[in-house]
Amino acid sequence: MRGSFRRVDYPRKKGSLGIMAFRKITPPLTDEVVEGLRAGDKVLITGTLYAARDQAHKRMSELLERGEPLPFDIEGQIVYYVGPTPPREGMVIGSAGPTTSSRMDEFTPALLDAGLKATIGKGARSDEVKEALERFRAVYFVSVGGAGALLSKRIKKAEVVAYPELGTEAIRRLEVEEFPVIVAYDMYGGDLFKEGVEKYRRV
Amino acid sequence: MREVSVDRIREEVKRLCIEGAYILEEDVQSALKSAFEREVSPMGREVLTQIIKNYEIALDGVLPMCQDTGIAVVFVEVGRDVRLDGSLEDAINQGVREGYGEGYLRKSVCHPLTRQNTGDNTPAVIHTRITEGDRVKIKVALKGAGSENKSSLKMLNPTAGVEAIKEFVTDTVREAGGSVCPPIVVGVGIGGDFEKSAILSKEAILRPIGRPHQDETIAGLEEELLEEVNKLGIGPMGFGGTVTALAVHIEVYPCHIASLPVSVNIQCHADRHKEVVI
Ligand code: SF4
Repeated sequence: MRGSFRRVDYPRKKGSLGIMAFRKITPPLTDEVVEGLRAGDKVLITGTLYAARDQAHKRMSELLERGEPLPFDIEGQIVYYVGPTPPREGMVIGSAGPTTSSRMDEFTPALLDAGLKATIGKGARSDEVKEALERFRAVYFVSVGGAGALLSKRIKKAEVVAYPELGTEAIRRLEVEEFPVIVAYDMYGGDLFKEGVEKYRRV
Repeated sequence: MREVSVDRIREEVKRLCIEGAYILEEDVQSALKSAFEREVSPMGREVLTQIIKNYEIALDGVLPMCQDTGIAVVFVEVGRDVRLDGSLEDAINQGVREGYGEGYLRKSVCHPLTRQNTGDNTPAVIHTRITEGDRVKIKVALKGAGSENKSSLKMLNPTAGVEAIKEFVTDTVREAGGSVCPPIVVGVGIGGDFEKSAILSKEAILRPIGRPHQDETIAGLEEELLEEVNKLGIGPMGFGGTVTALAVHIEVYPCHIASLPVSVNIQCHADRHKEVVI
């Protein structure tokens, strides 16, 4: 079924994603990098991301509670909330856009305490998470929800590192190139959702 | 009597599931394109650019537009002059099973308590109706959880009136914010009873964008609500902007004199709906 579908014409811009300038970062993230990020910044990540969502978070938080090591070295790392579609033959991963972050809220402060520096998902998060970002000098990124095909193309390698029995929810190490995200919350309490909506609200 | 083989139904359901995940309907493509032209916020335009590029990549049939390929919701109308040669529900579920398998779609259906995945995205949510004639009409929606989770139902006071309905709709959209992947389509079911209003709201999102309700008063209410929802300023992905919703669709049904059920079903921009008439 390749290439056989009708398209609605759309004015294309030159350049990879079109419109605005992106900053580039590579994990593991240091305090200095995080200090330089502000809500509303557009960022391209190149390097390693760890994919983990609901059930993997539950298991990791149980490990932390028992004082046991996590399945990967979390220091300075970025966790991406994603549950991809199965890859076709010869592809590293299927469609891979973000899932709703708030479901991971209860587990996030403990992971930040353990050294995690950033998370990627979609939607607003709890006050506890925001406070933890300030306390542990970390950021929350959003990638465009429902853009799973576009984001998949920026993932060059994927490998299950823990909990293969969880299927799409297993923890995966992803190698990404110029993976586009936007800073939603910075470590200074900046909140793109609040600031953006304030600006355009007419009620 | 017209014979319709359930095997044909299985085949069509399978096709609709696969095409649903890869091919965004033209009504939604156009709506997103015009949203891009209307959106004032630069961040909103950035998000819409990525959304449009994304569905164009999906059109190649290799990567589904969204990794949440949903639970399959199937509305089927069977004409009373149709004779089926087997089980309708089995055929639909088999179509879903094959579509999600062969289409490389994510299997996202599990037991509600044990959370054990069924492994093949079945069962589908099936709504069947017997109609006049000798046709079978099948509508399939692939419904992701991100937007479905922020849907809401309220039993309003019968004297509350239109203002209360509007308030409930805008409250639900505000509450949903950016996690439902705006720009969204808002389906509103007004009347009936508890479950009827919810089904109406789901049917409402299945109506193509750009086709207002046939009743002028209701079409007017759709327009008013769309304006009010867009005044919330949520914008694409919740980053602020002028386009929060692409459309508001309302379906109504008479209800008990003592009640006014209202349901709001939220559909994200990955608005995957397909239909076929056999
Ligand atoms: S809300 Fe829709 S577009 Fe967003 S991740 Fe879920 S299914 Fe995809």
